[in-house]
Amino acid sequence: MALRSSVTRRTLTLGLNSTRLLPLSRSLQTFSLPDLPYDYGALEPAISGEIMQLHHQKHHQTYITNYNKALEQLHEAIQKGDSSTVVKLQSAIKFNGGGHVNHSIFWKNLAPIREGGGEPPKASLGWAIDTHFGSLESLIQKMNTEGAALQGSGWWLGVNKELKKLVIETTPNQDPLVTKGPHLVPLLGIDVWEHAYYLQYKNVRPDYLKNIWKVINWKYASEVYEKECA
Amino acid sequence: MSRETLAYHWGKHHRTYVENLNKQVVGTDLEGLSLEDIIIVTYNKGDILPAFNNAAQAWNHDFFWESMKPGGGGKPSGDLLDLIERDFGSFERFIEEFKAAAATQFGSGWAWLAYKANRLDVENAVNPWPSEKDKELVIVKSPNAVNPLVWDYFPLLTIDVWEHAYYLDFQNRRPDYISVFMEKLVSWETVNTRLEKAKARAAEREMEEERRRKEEEEGKPTNEEEDDDDLEMYVDNDNDDSEAE
Repeated sequence: MALRSSVTRRTLTLGLNSTRLLPLSRSLQTFSLPDLPYDYGALEPAISGEIMQLHHQKHHQTYITNYNKALEQLHEAIQKGDSSTVVKLQSAIKFNGGGHVNHSIFWKNLAPIREGGGEPPKASLGWAIDTHFGSLESLIQKMNTEGAALQGSGWWLGVNKELKKLVIETTPNQDPLVTKGPHLVPLLGIDVWEHAYYLQYKNVRPDYLKNIWKVINWKYASEVYEKECA
Repeated sequence: MSRETLAYHWGKHHRTYVENLNKQVVGTDLEGLSLEDIIIVTYNKGDILPAFNNAAQAWNHDFFWESMKPGGGGKPSGDLLDLIERDFGSFERFIEEFKAAAATQFGSGWAWLAYKANRLDVENAVNPWPSEKDKELVIVKSPNAVNPLVWDYFPLLTIDVWEHAYYLDFQNRRPDYISVFMEKLVSWETVNTRLEKAKARAAEREMEEERRRKEEEEGKPTNEEEDDDDLEMYVDNDNDDSEAE
């Protein structure tokens, strides 16, 4: 008798536990489009307002929408224990989640000229750049060469910190930088997908790469660098 | 597809691939090879050599322009339609699948309709559709510059889904671009002609392989002197062996 009642109590507890799980499943965090810290036209003439609007409102938004969808499907699959669906969703998550991660950083990497866009880095980041690359110009040149050479679509999250070292890496499609190394922290990324420049620069990617430096927000990159290297 | 798009896509992008390829090929082993051979050689079983991107993109764009015509679209007929219906269930299902492939190619790349005269081991690459089924139509998608030649398939139709192919006309709306391509631009006559060539090549290859196989079988006993003894033994054993004559 005593045994039975304890078993029943345990079953009840289990039942309670599973009910408690339900609110968890409803609290899956989804994402929304972050606001730009400046107007669409504020980066002209380096990047046109038309491009900024399309890039932000259409491309980035689509990545977020599809990322949320994939996350919901993943959540469901995990709860059902449906392993093959879980694995199948990985590429959609990498692509759309990566797209969201990358673009969220990208908007912070840019700033209107009157808000410091293009101003060279100072303090510890500036010093680190000089040490590792010789000069800012040399860093820019190296990044531009790699960015121009990247086949197809991709990112070129430059200047990263891995065990306190700055590195330039390119990644294909929407792969986030961490796919190139678990200790890599992105400081500065330049989107070289054609949608990032085509309406303005057409096929001349090198011109886009030359001009974007006028609106690069080194302040943000410095902040991240100092936080990681402190 | 607007005039402006063609001016840039053909006049700049395609032209640049060709010019850069010419520069890369001059004075190397690749000089003098056909474009298709350059593609296979530089694909290098997936460990891509520098000239691959320009060579494959030059070929891909030629193939793309020829896949279209003014006033295109509509439906194919004859053998091509029969095969489509056989391998996809219906023309509508084929269109759906082709559009889906084109829309879901992440990043830059191409979607293809190809004729697969199957060989499991394609030597040069990893066959994306290894199966016993032979001589069938397949839809495949490929990233960046890769094309079905590297898998030893016969391409029949392609659509370029690099952003430069549609951005001026459709911006981010790739699905709209794909629909317009299917409804207004595809040249089914060209696809048909390519299918006929593909079938003929597949048949030739089969005959060649059959011939080689027979030669191998028949050639075995007569190749060396020791084998003559064997041959006599065969004859003595009353084997119906044509070499005896």
